[in-house]
Amino acid sequence: MNEKNAKAILLVGVGGQGTILASKILSEGFVSAGYDVKMSEIHGMSQRGGSVSTQIRFGTDVHSPIIGEGEAGVIVAFEKMEALRWLEYLRPGGRIIVNDYEIPSVPILLGAAKYPAGILAELSAKADALVIDAARIAEELGNARAMNIVLLGAAVRAMQSDGLADIDWRAIIEKNVKPAFLELNLRAFDAGFSA
Amino acid sequence: MTEKLLLTGNEAVALGAWEAGLVFASAYPGTPSTEILENLAGYGGVYSEWAPNEKVAVEAAAGASMAGVRSLATMKHVGLNVAADPLFTFSYTGVTGGCVIVVADDPGMHSSQNEQDNRHYARAAKLLMLEPSDSQEAKEFTKLAFELSERFDTPVLLRLTTRICHSKGIVTRGERGEVAPLPYAKNIEKFVMTPANARVRRVDMAGREKGELHYANREAAASGVHTVIRAAGGESGKIGVVSAGVAYQYARDVFGDTASYLKLGVTYPMPLELIREFAADVDTLYVIEELDPYMETQIRAAGIACTGKSVIPEIGELNSDIVRRAVFGTEPETVKPSIASVPRPPSLCAGCPHRGFFYGLSKRKDVIITGDIGCYTLGSAPPLSAIDSCLCMGGSVSMGHGAAKAVALTGSGEKVVAVIGDSTFFHSGVTSLMNVAYNGSNVVTVIMDNRITAMTGQQQNPGTGSTLMGGEAPLVDIPALVVSLGIKQENIHIINPLMLGEVNAALDAAFAANEPAVIITRWPCVLKSYSAADTAEFGAARSVCVIDQEKCTRCRLCTKTGCPAIVSSDAVEILGASCTGCTVCMQVCAFGAITLEGR
Repeated sequence: MNEKNAKAILLVGVGGQGTILASKILSEGFVSAGYDVKMSEIHGMSQRGGSVSTQIRFGTDVHSPIIGEGEAGVIVAFEKMEALRWLEYLRPGGRIIVNDYEIPSVPILLGAAKYPAGILAELSAKADALVIDAARIAEELGNARAMNIVLLGAAVRAMQSDGLADIDWRAIIEKNVKPAFLELNLRAFDAGFSA
Repeated sequence: MTEKLLLTGNEAVALGAWEAGLVFASAYPGTPSTEILENLAGYGGVYSEWAPNEKVAVEAAAGASMAGVRSLATMKHVGLNVAADPLFTFSYTGVTGGCVIVVADDPGMHSSQNEQDNRHYARAAKLLMLEPSDSQEAKEFTKLAFELSERFDTPVLLRLTTRICHSKGIVTRGERGEVAPLPYAKNIEKFVMTPANARVRRVDMAGREKGELHYANREAAASGVHTVIRAAGGESGKIGVVSAGVAYQYARDVFGDTASYLKLGVTYPMPLELIREFAADVDTLYVIEELDPYMETQIRAAGIACTGKSVIPEIGELNSDIVRRAVFGTEPETVKPSIASVPRPPSLCAGCPHRGFFYGLSKRKDVIITGDIGCYTLGSAPPLSAIDSCLCMGGSVSMGHGAAKAVALTGSGEKVVAVIGDSTFFHSGVTSLMNVAYNGSNVVTVIMDNRITAMTGQQQNPGTGSTLMGGEAPLVDIPALVVSLGIKQENIHIINPLMLGEVNAALDAAFAANEPAVIITRWPCVLKSYSAADTAEFGAARSVCVIDQEKCTRCRLCTKTGCPAIVSSDAVEILGASCTGCTVCMQVCAFGAITLEGR
């Protein structure tokens, strides 16, 4: 209705997957691109293996720090079932980047529920879906933990038209990761960008 | 050019306090407020510390203020209940150096046991209150709060909510303005709240409130602490919105440029004259606020017609969708999935030392288990289901005492176990255990000492040997403390909670004692960065458990430990990436199918 100036991106995953770091780097990119930016995240009990989301809104003048249903132009899902859980936040026709990666939740671990089948087909049918095996890509680069930065690279690629391509991502990544992991993360970013 | 930073509200409060020349800060960690002090600890010129609880933090801040420096205390919403005793009288004494009390509410209970609306405290304790609506205001209002504290001689409440605390926004950095400490001046009439002195101060407060009210109605609007935006009005007539905090941001998204806005920065005292003038210029007045009708009730009582909680929900967190649906009845266009997702509740981590103890406890029959606030509250979740209550910080031990007395008086026969974490025990469990010993109840108090404050993200506490600023500190000797509270030495059992044999032996002995007993489970949180002392005591080695699929009978007993590293599908497997080799599943397995890799 009145959000004409604000666009939104949603990053979802499971506690411990590095969604917050990826969101932080992405938000700083939006600041470099000259946008007003707000990013919201939830800490605390939800992080103990629970579902985690970070929400970024950017534009000329951003008000609410949290996004509404049907608002995200892009969703980056670090885990398949989380993509499904948050699908209602995608703008109809929006892009969903999904990591082909399963983390069973406790009811599934206990055998009380089954991990849903057919998620990727469902996402492809309902949205402009890009499936990435970020864990394999990161593992080939030397460390599976860098999959969050692989997904970040893919997100930046998806938002090129928002002026994100010309940002000095190297400098922003350098500011946010330990020197020992810089080269790995830069390679992960590039791999995600071209995935 | 001024430097632009992307900061959370918590980071912005820390920056604002530093820029304001803050000297002393104290807090007890609590989501969503914790990061304020963690950030302050990184600034030069400010001393910051973790207090054992919020009451201690506010009292320490009051003392630093009385001694002449600017001081700060921060806490989550329920922390102010703990600190309410000093708070109400601190309002009478007022300050010397400016004092700001930051309280962070948690609408929607993302990480809390209730969603109380702490704005009522400002009204009840007659404390000037500011409410920022984004990170930049969080910084500016923090600085302003110190000035107002000194100007009106009152502690000032800065009220945040989860979305202000944990949302990042653009903030411009400023310089620190050093404030010269005021020399200590003995002033018994001001600071000694005997009835005779307090009666005088109570009247003085009424005078102070008049000045604060004038500030809220006039100066705050003129200086931009309140934001007034006038719109021309649309087809449906002139709509006006009164709001504050993050709710204002939702209102701006929903009503857009067609409505007029009065966003309040000062919400106690309520600037009702200003609101009356604003309301006179609009046809329909909405009050958009999260949680209780705090503003609406006062606006209505002033005879100003408005629409608020008749449409806006009073329960839970708001967002733009909820406000839009409430006011305009419109639904967003969404993509609906046709497959259901399975819930992903939080759980005790793989390798969590609490798991072994809870597994052992979960096998006991006829027990009442009172729980407390911390990660271990997750012991209430299936399959362990080994916590029966969770009320408040320290409540486990006192509730256990009452339950044990009731059991003894009625002869119903249950055993009572009270489960409390180390940091929670220091916070407010000590006096409860003193009561158990003094008034003699057969509670088995379990102090789950994981060597850190875990739930809020690994903060130091009086049992860890380090301070917030990284200094060394004496350790509270928990067994010695327990003895001095009146628990007999022979009724104290110190165990490794990951060893089920030790857990069972301790429970057997404690239940057999028929007098107050204490079990101390001593093993570090699996997320803790080990200190040298930890490595010496607990060893650094981590390993991985594996299941021999030929020996495994698929009995799935190991899944009853609720470990998120164990996957039960057709086969049962252990996720090597998550497992830490705690061996609880290995001890549970009746077929010797689980082994520790490499052993």
